[in-house]
Amino acid sequence: MIPADNPWIWFGLTLVQVALVLMGVMVSLAFLLWGDRKIWAGVQMRKGPNVVGPFGLFQSFADFMKFVLKEIVIPDGSDKAVFLLAPLLSFILAFGAWAVIPMGPGWVVANINVGILYLFAISSLGVYGIIMGGWASNSKYPFLGSLRSAAQMVSYEVSLGLIIITVILLAGSMNLQTIVSKQAGGFWNWNVFGGGLHNLPLIVVMVPMMVIFFISALAETNRPPFDLPEAESELVAGYQIEYSSTPYLLFMIGEYANIVLMCGMISILFFGGWQAPYPTGFMAHWSPTLVSLHGLLWFAIKMVFWFFMFAMAKAIVPRYRYDQLMRLGWKVFLPTSGIAVVLVAAYRVFGPGA
Amino acid sequence: MALQAIAFYLLAAVTLSAGLAVIGARNPVHSVLFLILTFFSAAGLFVLLGAEFLAMLLVVVYVGAVAVLFLFVVMMLDVDFSALRAGFARYLPIGLGVAAVLVWEMIVVAVAVAQKGAAAGNAPLVPNHDMSNAEAIGRVLYTDYIYFFQAAGLVLLVAMIGAIVLTLRHRKGVRKQNIADQVARTPATGMHVVQIKSGEGWSE
Repeated sequence: MIPADNPWIWFGLTLVQVALVLMGVMVSLAFLLWGDRKIWAGVQMRKGPNVVGPFGLFQSFADFMKFVLKEIVIPDGSDKAVFLLAPLLSFILAFGAWAVIPMGPGWVVANINVGILYLFAISSLGVYGIIMGGWASNSKYPFLGSLRSAAQMVSYEVSLGLIIITVILLAGSMNLQTIVSKQAGGFWNWNVFGGGLHNLPLIVVMVPMMVIFFISALAETNRPPFDLPEAESELVAGYQIEYSSTPYLLFMIGEYANIVLMCGMISILFFGGWQAPYPTGFMAHWSPTLVSLHGLLWFAIKMVFWFFMFAMAKAIVPRYRYDQLMRLGWKVFLPTSGIAVVLVAAYRVFGPGA
Repeated sequence: MALQAIAFYLLAAVTLSAGLAVIGARNPVHSVLFLILTFFSAAGLFVLLGAEFLAMLLVVVYVGAVAVLFLFVVMMLDVDFSALRAGFARYLPIGLGVAAVLVWEMIVVAVAVAQKGAAAGNAPLVPNHDMSNAEAIGRVLYTDYIYFFQAAGLVLLVAMIGAIVLTLRHRKGVRKQNIADQVARTPATGMHVVQIKSGEGWSE
């Protein structure tokens, strides 16, 4: 951690860390966006972006320039302040959540005790960007899209919260760094396998919870098959219809930052975060920087894997109907995750190792 | 401490001005958005007090869920501003009464804090600083106040059932999707194969 003797030095160092995380996430987002389009294209037997740079790698940067250089069109009847505030809000919130994500041993901007609640709180705020954008556009389709999205995100947050509680019960802490370090020493200690060999019976609870978390994360980030707020066949583009240029770019970056954040969350909560899948005793005499880089590498591998799963779900699963979405969220996921919380709590109190 | 002071004055100023804007804004949607800003900066003040668990709960419950539904309703209502202003004089006495009660409550709390609380130099209720405040709240909530906690849960349950009973209507003749039926469908039950002679049609 940072030496906190002088508050201004601490302030400056934290600013540097924030800038580092921001730049790191932004640059990886550029390539993940390209990867998303490539995977999607691959499933549909197209080539995807392949013109700008080798294999089209710099496509995202070209798109960035295109968005920034275009004219910002603000509709006449819109509420201008809220209209411009909405994309800014979703962008800021999506990146604000990265403050508590542990990137490696000791590598985290803010190692707060309620880190997981902070993540949950920030991701529940994300809905405001969408509602405000839809309402301020003063148009029917954006408004319908934002109402759908509000209902959808509020519904799926409930089951996400319950699943997070199962992990909190297993780890006995809400600090993300503690949750990750509890899963040290090999893949069999990951929470998805119950967090340790003595908890192996919990595998029947935690594996379904991991799957439900993944599906809820798809719904929470408005990704296909749950992209009803922007279902183009019904709502043109949902809450983003009236947006162009940089405000649209902010919405899109915010959305992708949230998706990658969800990938990070599922890695941290269920797959050990920056822990390697093998015992790391042989690294005892490595330098701390090397150990942290090794952790960062594993965290990145896990996040890229989950991003690949997000992209595959987008490519191969057809869109849900609205009533099916609500049924899945309230009648299937909510009871299942509620029962899981009871089971894990009972195991922690009455099971072996209690 | 300088940083904390700056953060406190910043958050306090935002809380107060956003709170004033809630009642000052002409557009009800703007009022709700300012209310959300007020909640959010109040959560920031909680963090400065070291009550990070309460701060996060404030954001998750009030900002993330309650205010969303609030905003939802206000956006869909067609509010008539002239009708609202017409009732101003009529509701003024009630409003003043509520305001007086709130002011009185705040004075009582402020006096209590000044005389018996942290301002008077008394030790806090949770002296153990090793305990995270989530744990401290849990220890109090699930031991000393367990009956109140359970009673609050029951009240919420009753409220939830009440809301469901008020809105649940079984309409007859509505075609609903039954997923179990659809999954259980086989070619034998779902298809009807007919042989049609050439030149003849088929009617059911």
